[in-house]
Amino acid sequence: MKLQLLGVNHKTAPVEVRERLAVPEWRLEEATRKLLEHPGVSECVVFSTCNRVEFAVASEGDADLPGFIRDYLLTDVSDLREHLYEYKGDDVVRHVFRVAASLDSMIVGEPQILGQVKQSYAIGKAVGSVQSNLDALLSRALSVAKRVRTETAIGSSVVSVASVAVELAKKIFGSLQGRSVYVVGAGKMSELAARHLRSHGAGTIFVSNRTHDRALQMADRVGGSAIHFDQLYNTADQADIVITSTGAPHAIFRREHGEMFMHRRKNRPMFFIDIAVPRDVDAQMSHIDGIFVYDIDDLQQVVEANVSDRGREAERAEQLIEEEVVRFQRRVQSLDAVPTIVALQKRMEQIRQSELDRLRGRLGKLSPEQESAVENLTRSIVNKILHTPISTLKSFSGSDQLAPTAELLRGLFGVESEDARRNGASATLTEPASTKAHDSDEEPLSIDDETEVAEQKPGTRR
Amino acid sequence: MSLFWLRIAVGLYGLSMLYALVALLRRREILSRATLPIAGVAVTMHFVALVEAFVSGGMAGSPLHQSESLLAFLMMLLFIGVYYLYRTTSPGIVVLPIAFLLSLSAALAQSAPQSISPLLRSGWIYIHIILILIGYSALFFSFIASVLYLLHERSLKRKNLNGIAGKLPALETIDNIGYRLLLVGFPFMTIGLIAGSVIAQIQYGASYFQDPKIILSLLMWGVYTVMLYTRWNSGWRGRRAALLSAFAFAAALSVWAANYFSGVHRFVSP
Repeated sequence: MKLQLLGVNHKTAPVEVRERLAVPEWRLEEATRKLLEHPGVSECVVFSTCNRVEFAVASEGDADLPGFIRDYLLTDVSDLREHLYEYKGDDVVRHVFRVAASLDSMIVGEPQILGQVKQSYAIGKAVGSVQSNLDALLSRALSVAKRVRTETAIGSSVVSVASVAVELAKKIFGSLQGRSVYVVGAGKMSELAARHLRSHGAGTIFVSNRTHDRALQMADRVGGSAIHFDQLYNTADQADIVITSTGAPHAIFRREHGEMFMHRRKNRPMFFIDIAVPRDVDAQMSHIDGIFVYDIDDLQQVVEANVSDRGREAERAEQLIEEEVVRFQRRVQSLDAVPTIVALQKRMEQIRQSELDRLRGRLGKLSPEQESAVENLTRSIVNKILHTPISTLKSFSGSDQLAPTAELLRGLFGVESEDARRNGASATLTEPASTKAHDSDEEPLSIDDETEVAEQKPGTRR
Repeated sequence: MSLFWLRIAVGLYGLSMLYALVALLRRREILSRATLPIAGVAVTMHFVALVEAFVSGGMAGSPLHQSESLLAFLMMLLFIGVYYLYRTTSPGIVVLPIAFLLSLSAALAQSAPQSISPLLRSGWIYIHIILILIGYSALFFSFIASVLYLLHERSLKRKNLNGIAGKLPALETIDNIGYRLLLVGFPFMTIGLIAGSVIAQIQYGASYFQDPKIILSLLMWGVYTVMLYTRWNSGWRGRRAALLSAFAFAAALSVWAANYFSGVHRFVSP
């Protein structure tokens, strides 16, 4: 059984390409089913997020994955070649581990990806496309992800613009308990930021939008109250945190407003999160004492600073992944009868040869006929002896009984078990360092696509 | 004997100060975990030293140095109190060095017998001194808080969160610490000044109030009152509050220094 993976991610392909390959959530199940029907595929799983589309399969021979993309997505793959990556064997294991552990994410350490992997896993199980091989791989990937999360600080710092906003608000206000939030411009992104703030304890939420209906709807969803847009300047000073995301061509909040708010608030600080482009809050505002303005670029800068902070942790996580890949490989080996069989045969062959050598000394020169008769005799004895152990091992292949049986046989025949493993491992381990190359997180986070960022999903390219 | 305990305390202050300064260079928490226990032991030693000095009458022996020592002790108490209320040790980067220097100066003092001002033989004067010193330390602590507030505000405005801002408590928390300490210190300062005036009135009469130290003290008290008022009335904080408390602090410093120039108020008989 071979592992294979074909895909694109945010590092290899721009959003235009990823869009063409993307499998929407509601089609994930269908895609998994279709992939399972594809020639050569015995098990499969499909990952599709805004940053990656990947098809992982376990196959007997070589499955034509580009062919599947062409047939299923009806898209011409010839011009996609440069964006696609294909992994085999251990590289698939490593890649899936890295993806689940969020090391391959645009924002390293963001937690969303784990949920997405789990979802694909669940779909695969439901469809029946995930069986022993991929099951072992994916369940291990989930525990590796957990290990990375608990043993390194990679997921501990802030991960997306919305959480950066929360982090900043905490730097200013300490606890968010009872702080009120004013959302100006009812967009998806601002809604998510507001939700995020609320989940960290923020109290009242006000929503204001030029079209009042939308404000009402959103207020309804987030459990806040809608305020008419013309009341904006009279009410905004009641909020500690203001999130703006209107489509207005000019700044809504200018210096004079800021001064007015500060006066009314008796100089209690106010935090403006401006995620609108063009900006809703005039740059002059941040010159006022007690007013803090972070626009989208500032937030991104903080995100990036956090990301590069995590470089060292990411390195530790990579090491951990390497360990896990080797461990997984060993586990797979333990389910594989071949290395033990090979070792047994090798051991018996050694015994046969050394006994023959000793015999030759006593028998003196043999004729070619005699030579071949002795050869055949000894060989067939060895084969007869090994027949039952080997067929037993083969019958246990892939089951839990294999490991103890193999262990016992190796003991009985005096075969070094480490030796057997190493022999087996070296046969399947294929050059490990190849996936490491594209592991930098140089991509800036984009806010253009509101839906993707705030949910702590990695964003898309601008 | 009291000097012995004091010197141990000084050593420990120095140690916790070093920890504080080393921790400043590191990431994460501003003070390492070792700082607080060491400071706790140091404060205990310091307390023993003060009690011994008081019991043996050594307080009166070198009053200036003893008041330095007392000031250091009170600041450390506030530092520990702030830690228990706000779980932050960040004021320590300023408080610890100052406590160290003040107590060091006290510990190195030659306790040569001086002709003691007869004033110091009355118990009332101690109440005056202690109240005023509590007021001082609260004022000073509050000044530290406003400086930290300014630093934090600046890095937030510059969007640089990996510097000092990453290590300080939230802006509002610092603000809260500073304001509360002002509130706590004010009654002490006021009553202390009143007590001092009453003693002076009884001992010297009205001429005492022309003493430069007294005039400066009243000025400082005035600034203190203005600070509280602006804060209460229009919520002044940050830069403006820091400027005011810097001014009050400078006044306090000159009041302290006035001990060396003042005609009457110098603990030692003229």
